Amino acid sequence: MSPTENTRPDPDILLHALKKEEERAAKAKLKIFFGMCAGVGKTYDMLSAAHDARTKGIDVVIGIVETHKRPETEALLAGLEVVPRKKIDYRGTAIEEMDLDAIIARKPKLVLVDELAHSNAPGSRHTKRYQDVEELLDNGIDVYSTLNVQHLESRADAVAQITGSVIRETVPDSVFERADDIEVIDIPPDELLKRLAEGKVYAPERSQQAIQNFFRKGNLTALREMSLRLTAERVDHQLRDYMRTEQIVGPWKSGQRIIVGISASPHSISVIRWARRLSYTMNATWVVVCVETSNPIHEEDKEQLSKNIQLARELGAEVVTTADEDVANALIRVAREQNATQILVGKSRPTFFSGSQRLIEDLIQKSKNVDIYVVGQETEAGPEKGRSRIPGTQSSLMQYALAPAIVVLIALSCFPFAHLIGYETVSLIILLTVSLLPLRMGPGPVLVAAAAGAVTWDFFFIPPLFTFSIGHPEDILMLGVYFIVALVTGVLSARVRAREKAVRHREERTAALFALTKDLSSAHSQEEVIKAAVSNIKKYFDADVAMILGEADGEIAPAPHPASSMTLDAKEYGVASWSYWNEKKAGKYTDTLPSAEATYFPISGPRYPLGVIGVRLLREEKLTVDEETSLDNFIAQIASAMERELLNDVNKKSIVVAESERLYKILFNSISHELRTPIAAIMGASENLSKAFEKSGTEPAQAYTKEIHTATERLNRLVANLLDMSRLESGMIQPKMDWCDVHDLINVSLRGLEGELAGRKVTVTVQPEMPLVKLDFGLIEQALTNLIHNAVVHTQEGSPIEVNAGVEGKECFIVVADNGAGLSKNDVNRVFEKFYRAEGLKGGGAGLGLPIAKGFVEAHKGTISAKNRTSGGAEFMLRIPVTEATPAERALP
Amino acid sequence: MNNKPVILAIDDEIQIRRLLEMTLDAAGYTLRFATTGNDGIRMAASERPDLIVLDLGLPDIDGMDVLKKIREWATIPILVLSVRSSEADIVGCLDAGADDYLVKPFRTNELLARVRAALRHRSVLPEKELFTISNLTVDLSARLVKKKHEQIKLTATEYALLALFVKNAGRVLTHRFILEQVWGPTHTEEAEYTRIYVAQLRKKIEDNPSNPKIIITESGIGYRMVGEE
Repeated sequence: MSPTENTRPDPDILLHALKKEEERAAKAKLKIFFGMCAGVGKTYDMLSAAHDARTKGIDVVIGIVETHKRPETEALLAGLEVVPRKKIDYRGTAIEEMDLDAIIARKPKLVLVDELAHSNAPGSRHTKRYQDVEELLDNGIDVYSTLNVQHLESRADAVAQITGSVIRETVPDSVFERADDIEVIDIPPDELLKRLAEGKVYAPERSQQAIQNFFRKGNLTALREMSLRLTAERVDHQLRDYMRTEQIVGPWKSGQRIIVGISASPHSISVIRWARRLSYTMNATWVVVCVETSNPIHEEDKEQLSKNIQLARELGAEVVTTADEDVANALIRVAREQNATQILVGKSRPTFFSGSQRLIEDLIQKSKNVDIYVVGQETEAGPEKGRSRIPGTQSSLMQYALAPAIVVLIALSCFPFAHLIGYETVSLIILLTVSLLPLRMGPGPVLVAAAAGAVTWDFFFIPPLFTFSIGHPEDILMLGVYFIVALVTGVLSARVRAREKAVRHREERTAALFALTKDLSSAHSQEEVIKAAVSNIKKYFDADVAMILGEADGEIAPAPHPASSMTLDAKEYGVASWSYWNEKKAGKYTDTLPSAEATYFPISGPRYPLGVIGVRLLREEKLTVDEETSLDNFIAQIASAMERELLNDVNKKSIVVAESERLYKILFNSISHELRTPIAAIMGASENLSKAFEKSGTEPAQAYTKEIHTATERLNRLVANLLDMSRLESGMIQPKMDWCDVHDLINVSLRGLEGELAGRKVTVTVQPEMPLVKLDFGLIEQALTNLIHNAVVHTQEGSPIEVNAGVEGKECFIVVADNGAGLSKNDVNRVFEKFYRAEGLKGGGAGLGLPIAKGFVEAHKGTISAKNRTSGGAEFMLRIPVTEATPAERALP
Repeated sequence: MNNKPVILAIDDEIQIRRLLEMTLDAAGYTLRFATTGNDGIRMAASERPDLIVLDLGLPDIDGMDVLKKIREWATIPILVLSVRSSEADIVGCLDAGADDYLVKPFRTNELLARVRAALRHRSVLPEKELFTISNLTVDLSARLVKKKHEQIKLTATEYALLALFVKNAGRVLTHRFILEQVWGPTHTEEAEYTRIYVAQLRKKIEDNPSNPKIIITESGIGYRMVGEE
């Protein structure tokens, strides 16, 4: 898509911006004080900013600050709370580190953490301080930190080139990008040199040395340029983000992708860093591709490759591994798949087989519309000196001895028959032997065997016998041809074998994953999924496995699942919990708590992690990159299977609940219907009858119909109460909360009882400015009606009734008070019990009205109480919590 | 031709049918009966009644479905009969197009009033411009509201609300319907508006706002302005 073709913002971009915004809002903020080198005053500025924050009333503590004994900086420490450092014992010496747990427990709003690039002492939770900072941020604590440009991962190379000193402590660029605020501390190099000379940065004796080495003016200017440019780039990015969301049409390109080819060479590191810078300036996403060929890889190279991949991931690349014999083809294929427009590769060294720049030439030839970038090689050639690329050179000494021995033995056994079959035939037999050897042996031994065969043949068979001289010139030719054929066959078959091995290896991986998927899909419960997971990982990776599940409340289970094949001590369990809560890998071979015995992988779920898988390899070496990828795939499969089972369980439960609710509703409705239909008929008929009698004026008949009518009304109330009680007891009452005018609610209740209240004085007092309250109008109206009806039944005819309502604190109350005889002691305690009837009750009543009122109020999480008034009579009060701000306070349209 | 209004009652209970017949026949309506939901839908099409009285508890299909099926093609006024404590069902019916409801057991006077209101609202007569209830007069053409012959001042929203009640006098209006008509379809969730404005309106038009006689609250459902007598 051309950049200006469409002015409507892409929803993906908007979503991206929104997500970033949300993450930022939800997460704590990171501010980095960024400088070109030591001594520019980052720590000083950070401390000043901390003082500013403190005067604004923000809770600031110092996590760790290195003042380097600079007096101006030390003066600023005064008045700031310092979290004591933790002492870590490392081989007899005590090393002081920032106390991460103490800070998290202290939970300040803001913490100062100096020197972001610092490496923690062995035995700390994380290997790097920036990981500590990430954990602080995840815990909702804002962080101020400091950083020099040379410690930024993508710039480390360039700085090393400029200054000549190798940078070991680096911080991934993602941490820098994640920062919400970057403050550049910039002073001119001359001023810095002046400060240095005055001994304000280092002690005088160190200053002199520093000025001569690192702090040369040229270096400083270059570093300054780099830091300023980096910040400018960042501002540019922010502007682009802004323009994207504000839909300002600008000159940015988007959606670009760069494919980066890497290998097991240390040179790939600079290629990766270069790619990262390019992608950042181009604002493109980048995909690092590692092509597996059948060429076997050395152990050291494997390690280098996994380092390269690790670095690429850290710098934010997507990593793709693909298998192909032709690297150029593979890169172009991936570029097509990923819709990439650029391929970036390093200049490769000439190798024995591939010629000097085969890959680059191939790429240029085949790439068509894709641009190719070639990154130059840096001076350091690394440890990779002219290692032979002939496949499979790692054969044992045993093979080197055995191969020639076999050939010589077979040749010699032909000796008695040489005069029968002719010495030429013997050469064929030797050749056959040599060409069969690669089936069992590497190419090295095969070569040696071929040479041994040639020598043997020459010595024992070619006339003149028992000399190395050769009589006939055609024999020389024959020997030459034999040697070449043996060599070619040997190398070719070795290649075929290596390829076969690679294919078999891949097949094994696929088969293992397939087996796991099969087991997982045939598992019908969480239990079975876990068993399948444990047994498959155990089998394929030859490791002990522990599975610790997340529980329903989101907590981690206190012990591994019984299907696990290892137990965890308190320390290992601690590592597992860390991995669970932080949803990150931890333990052996990771950067977090690497002293553990096993590696722990979180199983991510939809809301909280589903659990942790601990894997303890039975062998010493760590997993290869391939195996690690397989394990990641395994865990992804397991996670989705577990999630599936979890959803299944939830589904089953909700089906059962829905079904029982449905059955109850059917039953309730039909009983309701059955009971009320006859009442409706009686009521309607008696009403019509009464009208008819009214016209004809038959006195006694009119009185009878009135009796029928009153009785039916009472029956109707009883049925209503019984049905309400049944609804309450089934637990099927769920209040439908809506805004209600309480005064209106009282009026509706009173209107419903008009007949019963005839001849009484009812006083309604509602607090002035009474706000609306959220409740279920129908239920509370019914509760109030029952309370008022109760007052009517228990007091003399004509006795007044009071209803008061208001809001008190976070509760809305309604009080029904009467002037009757009041409640006996027994009544106060038991009045809300089902079927309880007060002593000396004049009329009937099943004792259901008050318990129903109680039930309805309690369904609102409210309370109901009864007491005697000091002025005589009983008082019933219901209270309902007011959770939401009342809309009366909101502006109305 | 018989010009008595035809009412179709869909109810499976013989006693209720007889009660309806007694009450409505005496008041001058012609009655037709269906005992199942499917019969009811058929007869609503073939008999073309002026009003349908629909019981929600039917033996074959749910009353709600009968209502929806009929509403697909006809605007015949429908009065729903239901048992108490199912406000949610009633609101559902009203929002699905029912004109009014009546809770069993009902008073026969109430039934007659609802039937009259429903029939009047659907009549093809030109809309009345002047409306009087007790001492309140509303002139829709002049946008004038008078109480005891004295003009009262209403805000635009209050007037819109009152006009809506007047045009639907005698019928129950759900909160949702009122919100949609007065504040627009995007405000149907702001239930608090109706509570506050009805309270304000009552202060201006009722003799005793604490004991309203013109705009009546229908518990858990909505409001109803009493019809002209």
